[in-house]
Parts: sequence; C-alpha cells; structure tokens
Amino acid sequence: MSSIIKAFKANVRQYGMLIALIVIMLFFEIITQGILLKPLNITNLVLQNSYILIMAIGMLLVIVAGHIDLSVGSICAFIGSTAAVMMVQYHVNAAVTVIACLILGALIGAWQGFWVAYIKIPSFIVTLAGMLVFRGLTLVMLQGLSVGPFPKEFQMISSGFIPDFLGNGEFHLTTMLIAVLFLAAVIFFDIRARRKRIEYGFDVPPFGVFLLRNAGICAAVLFICWLLASYKGLPNVLIILFALTVIYAFITTQTVTGRRIYALGGNEKAAKLSGVKTKRLVLLTFANLGLLSALAGLVFAARLNVATPKAGTGFELDVIAACFIGGASATGGVGTVIGAIIGALVMGVMNNGMSIMGIGIDWQQAIKGMVLLLAVFFDVYNKSKN
Amino acid sequence: MSDVILSMRGITKTFPGVKALDNVNFDVRQGEIHALVGENGAGKSTLMKVLSGIYPHGDYEGQIIYQGKECRFREIADSEKAGIVIIHQELALIPFLSIAENIFLGNERHSFGVIDWGKTRAEAQKLLETVGLSESPNTLVTDIGVGKQQLVEIAKALSKEVQLLILDEPTATLNENDSDKLLKLLLRFKEQGISSILISHKLNEVERVADSITILRDGKTIETLDCTTGEINEDQIIRGMVGRDLTNRFPRRGAKIGEVILEVRDWTVRHPLHENRTVVDKANLTLRRGEVLGIAGLMGSGRTELAMSLFGQSYGRDITGQAFIRGAQADLSTVNKAIDAGLAYVTEDRKTYGLVLDEDVKNNITLVNLEEVSNSHIIDQNKEIHLANEYRGKFNIKCSNILQKTVNLSGGNQQKVVLSKWLFAGPDILILDEPTRGIDVGAKYEIYVIINKLAEEGKGVIVISSELPEILGLCDRIYVMSEGKVAGELNAAEASQEKIMRYIL
Repeated sequence: MSSIIKAFKANVRQYGMLIALIVIMLFFEIITQGILLKPLNITNLVLQNSYILIMAIGMLLVIVAGHIDLSVGSICAFIGSTAAVMMVQYHVNAAVTVIACLILGALIGAWQGFWVAYIKIPSFIVTLAGMLVFRGLTLVMLQGLSVGPFPKEFQMISSGFIPDFLGNGEFHLTTMLIAVLFLAAVIFFDIRARRKRIEYGFDVPPFGVFLLRNAGICAAVLFICWLLASYKGLPNVLIILFALTVIYAFITTQTVTGRRIYALGGNEKAAKLSGVKTKRLVLLTFANLGLLSALAGLVFAARLNVATPKAGTGFELDVIAACFIGGASATGGVGTVIGAIIGALVMGVMNNGMSIMGIGIDWQQAIKGMVLLLAVFFDVYNKSKN
Repeated sequence: MSDVILSMRGITKTFPGVKALDNVNFDVRQGEIHALVGENGAGKSTLMKVLSGIYPHGDYEGQIIYQGKECRFREIADSEKAGIVIIHQELALIPFLSIAENIFLGNERHSFGVIDWGKTRAEAQKLLETVGLSESPNTLVTDIGVGKQQLVEIAKALSKEVQLLILDEPTATLNENDSDKLLKLLLRFKEQGISSILISHKLNEVERVADSITILRDGKTIETLDCTTGEINEDQIIRGMVGRDLTNRFPRRGAKIGEVILEVRDWTVRHPLHENRTVVDKANLTLRRGEVLGIAGLMGSGRTELAMSLFGQSYGRDITGQAFIRGAQADLSTVNKAIDAGLAYVTEDRKTYGLVLDEDVKNNITLVNLEEVSNSHIIDQNKEIHLANEYRGKFNIKCSNILQKTVNLSGGNQQKVVLSKWLFAGPDILILDEPTRGIDVGAKYEIYVIINKLAEEGKGVIVISSELPEILGLCDRIYVMSEGKVAGELNAAEASQEKIMRYIL
C-alpha cells in the first residue's frame, strides 16, 4: 500500500491536471443536478469542443518547438469558406473538397512556417499577420455572406455517428464492442511493455499500481462509452479525434522527429549543434498545425452546416489556453499531447457547465481567464518548489 | 602612505565550492595607473566586482577603504556615487539609443522628469571632445565601431565625475590604433588626477602605461611591483602569473601517435556581424590519430571561432580554406556533414550550446545519434535507457537516475553528459573547447582521464584551453593562437608556460 502511495505522489504532477478535470466535472455534475453527464450532453460536449481539441494537438507541437500561432481561427474560417464555395457554388464532390482543403491548410501552415524558420520573423508577428490575412480572405471568398447548406455526406463528418450493426436501436452495442476491443489492445500493449522492461532489468511500478492504473482507464472508457451508447453511439468526430490523439501522442513520445522537436524548443542552439535540422522542423510543425486547423475548419463548418465570415473568431485563444493549462511551457521544450487534450477538456467542461448553470458569456470569459492564470501559476509554483 | 586613494584589505570571496579570492590586499595611489594582471580565472574580475558593489557588502570578507573612509557598497549605484566607475569587457551600451542618450543613461539631465535635450547634447559634446571622439552626440551607438564605443563608455564614466576608473581588458577587442588612443587618454587622465585600474593581458601595454602592477594568481595577491622606481621586465610578470605547482594533476599516458587524421589549410573566417573583421586568419593545423593537440590563446584569439567554423560552419561568414580528413578533402558545410565526417565539437558554453537543460540525462546523451536507438524512426526506449545507463556508469555521471533533468546536475557532471553525448555519436576527431571550465579539481581529473583514453583508442583530440598548465599537462603538441593567426607551434617536450605566453602576447 505504501508503495502505491509513493508512486501516486511521484506522479501527482503528471496527473495533476487530470485530477483537476475530474474534480471540475464532478463539481458541475453536482451543481447542475446531473445534467452534465447526461448522454445527450456528453455527446454535445464532444461535438462542441472537437475543433478546439484537434487544433490543440497541432498547437502543442508549435508551442513545444518554441513558437506560437495566432492565425488558427482565421485559417479555420478560410478553409470553411473555401469548402463551402467549392461544394455549394461549384458542386465539387465532398471527398475531393476535403482533400483539397487539407492540402491547402498544410500549404498555408508551411507558408507561415517559412517566414518564421527561414526569414527569422518572430512567429507572433507572422501569425498575427496571417490572422488578419486569412480573415480578410474569408470575407473576400464569401463576399460577406453565409454560404450553405452542405451535402449530406459532408455534414456526416460532424453530425454523424458510427452505424450500429448489433444494437436494437435502443442501446448502441457497437460502441461498447469498440470500447472493449480498444481496452483489450491497451492492456495488451501495457503488459508487453512491462515485460520488456523487466527483461532489460529496469524498475517497473509495483504490480498494484499497474493494476490500479489499468482498472482506472477501463472504468473511465467504459463509463463514457456507456453514456454515449445510451444516446446515439460514438460520434464520427470522436473517432477522428481519438485517432489523432493516439497518433500524435505516439509521434511526440516515441519517434525521432518528436524527440527532436522537444530538443529544438528546449535549446535551439544546442539542437542545431547536435545536427538537428531546426529550420525544417519548425516549418514542419507549422505545416502540421495548418493541416489540423484545416481539418478543424471543416469539422466546424460541417457542424454549423454553413460557412460564415465570423466562424472561428477567438478560437486561437481557446486553443493556446488549452495547451498552457495542460502544462506546456511558454518558452518551449515542455508539454504533452495528452496534457493539451486535458487542458482543452477543462475549458470545454467549464464552458458547458457554466452554460447549463445559466451563467452569462461575460462571466464565463472572466472565470476562464482566471482558471488559465491559476493553472499556469500552479505549474510555476510546483517548478520553483523543486 | 597618505596618497593612497583605495585600499582593499583582506578580501575573501567564496562561491559554492570555490574560493575565488583569498585574503587579497590591493592598494591604489592617487593619480596612478595601476595594472592588475593574472591568468584567466585568477580573480581579477571578481575583485573588481567586489570593489564596484556588484557583489554587495556582506557577500565577501574584508574591508574596502576609499578616500580614507570604509565603504560598504550595496549596489553599483553606491560605488558610482563615490566616483568609482567600472567599464566591463562586454560594453554595456544600448545599441539603438544615441551617444548622448547612452552617456546620460541613468543619470539624465532633466527637470521634473522631462529631459533637457539642449543640456544633454551640449554636455555630451563637451565630454566627447574630452575623450577625443569626433562623432555627433545624436549618432546611434550601433553605427559606430567598437573602439569608438569604448570611448563612449569612458565619456559616460566622466559624466559621473569619476575619481577611480576601472577598465576590464579595454583593448581586447580593439585594433592597435584604437588601443593606442585609449592608452594615451588614460595617461592624460592621470595628469588630471584621475586614478585608473587597468586589467589587461597585453603586457607590453601594461609596461608602457602602468605605475604599479599587482599580480593575482589563484585568487591570491602574489606581489605588487612598483614601475616608477625599478626596471620591470615581462619575464618577471609572467613568472608571477603562472608559477605554480604542477605535480600529479594530470594522469599519465603513453602516446601512440598514428597517421594524420585531420589537416586544415588556410582556414579563414570573418566575423558574422562585422564583415571586415577577420577572426581566423589563414590558420593551418594537422592532427594525428592518438594525439592530444592543444590550442592555447586568449579569449577572442580565434580558437573557438576556428573550432566552430570547422564544425559545420556554426560560426562566422565567408569561410574559406580546406579541410582534409584521413587524406581526403572533406565537406564540412553543415553540422550533419561534419558529424558524418567523424567530427565532434564539445562546446565551451555547455548551458547555451551543449545541453537541453529541461531534458533528462538520457535524452541529452542520445540526441546526436538517435538513429542508433531507433528502428525506422521509432525510438526503442528500452535500448535507449540501457545505453544511457552504460554511459552513466562508464563516465561516472553522478545523478539520481538517467531521467533526472540536466539542469539539476553539477557543472562537472553536466560536462560529462555533454562528453557522453558526443562520444555516443562515435566520432574520430573530437574538439574539446575549454573542457574543464568551471568544474572542480576532482571532476577535472576525471575528464583528463577520459581524454587520455580517447587518444589511446586512436581518436584525434583537440583541446582548447585558457589554462596553460592544463595544455602543458595534457597535450602532445601545442598550437598558440593570437589575433586570429596560428602564432606558433610547440612540442610537448620543448613547451613551457613562458614560451606559450611569449607567442600569445
């Protein structure tokens, strides 16, 4: 038991934000008398925040590399309007439109990355310019109007749910099946990793901790999926989001490129002298964020079923806040994908919970601002204590 | 002595683990130029920082008596109020402000907080005439050369009604003409009764202007020479600077020297910002397998610049010259090509250029050669941990485990991490730039052992160092650099500190 407590204490910083997220959820669950965790509301929560979450993943890489991107909201709007014009006015096929838009997003990101990495203009300025440019181009594209609605298959990106092969229409059994399969994979890989470590003769966390952690993951996943299954099942966008989280968590923690991004953000000069191609890497992180912003723009447009000139206004602030709440460092080199996801969820749950409580948008903003400041304060405080 | 303006008595200053100053006594007479000499790290700058209040009273032991009163400066403003002004080696001017604004920075000519521009310009003009600088007070500091910037610093000091002027290596970055002007200015100040303390490595300058010379070595006063009464020669000063016990500080090594592994011909590098300054001038060198080659010289003599420009053109512009590795001409135009060619450069500034401080020991060690621990781009964490632990054991890196952040390690252990990192890249040629700077004696010895082992394994090792005993104790052959040129070459058998010093100065 004492070893479990010890392991918990060592990881309290790592899990601090997760615990905070759970506490915040419980708080709103109680204060809203159970509305927060209603199946319908959970589904809404996912849909409402999906685009912020998608961009937070990309933003995290940019922040870890030591930069910032203020233009993501405008890129969202620009891509949404491009997609709308292509599909509604020129009747381009939805699949072709999506692919073209994603490529366009990556090019926009690469363009900004080029100015930052090769011309050495601070990212704050480059992307501030981008924020204005792409907002302006959105207005040009839409000529100040809202363009919609979209073809059915495009709307499915956001409003669709995975089909249920097994269920009876009441309870979405396929969702539960996917959850179980997923958990089996998680446990399989965890056991394998643990075996490998033991083979190498490394210390592993006590078996009790191992068991407890996996049990915790299982309980959380099953619970959320059960809630979703009692409504309409897994939303398509959650599948996308989930795949992105896994892929990017893997890239940042397990690959050579990921490691080099952290080194670049931690100490650019040392990374350069170690043979890291720093310029190319910076360009890559921006191109990647451009791609993910484009995806977020498509998801957002599909959800509203219309492209508007005002779409995505202020998204950049929520996205950046999510990364910092999730433990990223403003000076670069520190941060995790999971942290950014949790940060975005903290913001999302607070938005949702306060809306249910009937708190006005004015107070919501003020409270969210304070939460951002407090979260970063705890991080700084924790660091200075060590 | 009634004409003593400053008397520092029994000054002792300790940093964690190091005694930087040990019971130092230092007297300056009214209206003299007093030179303070000693090797890098002898404590000259520390002593001046104590005097000017950068290290506040209470931070050191001993007494400062200035103009007959004991002074307890708490900050630099206190010493300036008393008329003591220090001009640092790295100039403290704001580049995008004008000369006049810089002169009166922190000491503005104003009434009720509103700057009186007329008075500012007029007074600046007068001060510039005094120091002999013919530039408009409105010129931006960034637009004038280093020599003129030095004069602006002095004008700034004069504006504070300076009684005692401290110059820390003022001529290190100046050409001969500007140096000459500066020294003449000091002599003129002397006539006006202003005392100066001159820290300098250039003994010919010291001989020319100094009235007294105080020699520091290892934080202690060795002697004070009076130049007005007797003849002083350079040998006497050099002996005082370097004379110390050299037994058993360096591990023995049987040198097995093989074929030439690196040859550099006519290597020329210009300053990255000042196009017209040549920092490395037609340098030639050869390095053999199994050899430890020393490069001696002062800071700014082009040692680091030579090394970094060789290593993937990490420094400088308009780099010309040829490098041959194992007899074939090598393309060293990027860091990656240099690494592939078998080169490794261990920086003198490990915190800025060597380590990612926020990352752990393991990640720092594997950074240069992640391919070694990864399969098709995916890092094998277990293999990585295993290898990092191997290096930790081999080099005796003291850390709680390899997942400890490098920022929390001591200087010596940080240096071992940097060395591990480069050895993990598997180089044939290692350039170690000040490999023992700022680390304690025990760790130094461990680093020397590593260097010897690398040479025994048949690698070529270049050691750049400001510490002459280290160069002499480690190296088989020594190049001495001075003002960008390779000024001399010495074999270990014939080399001595005096001989190296001769080439340096």
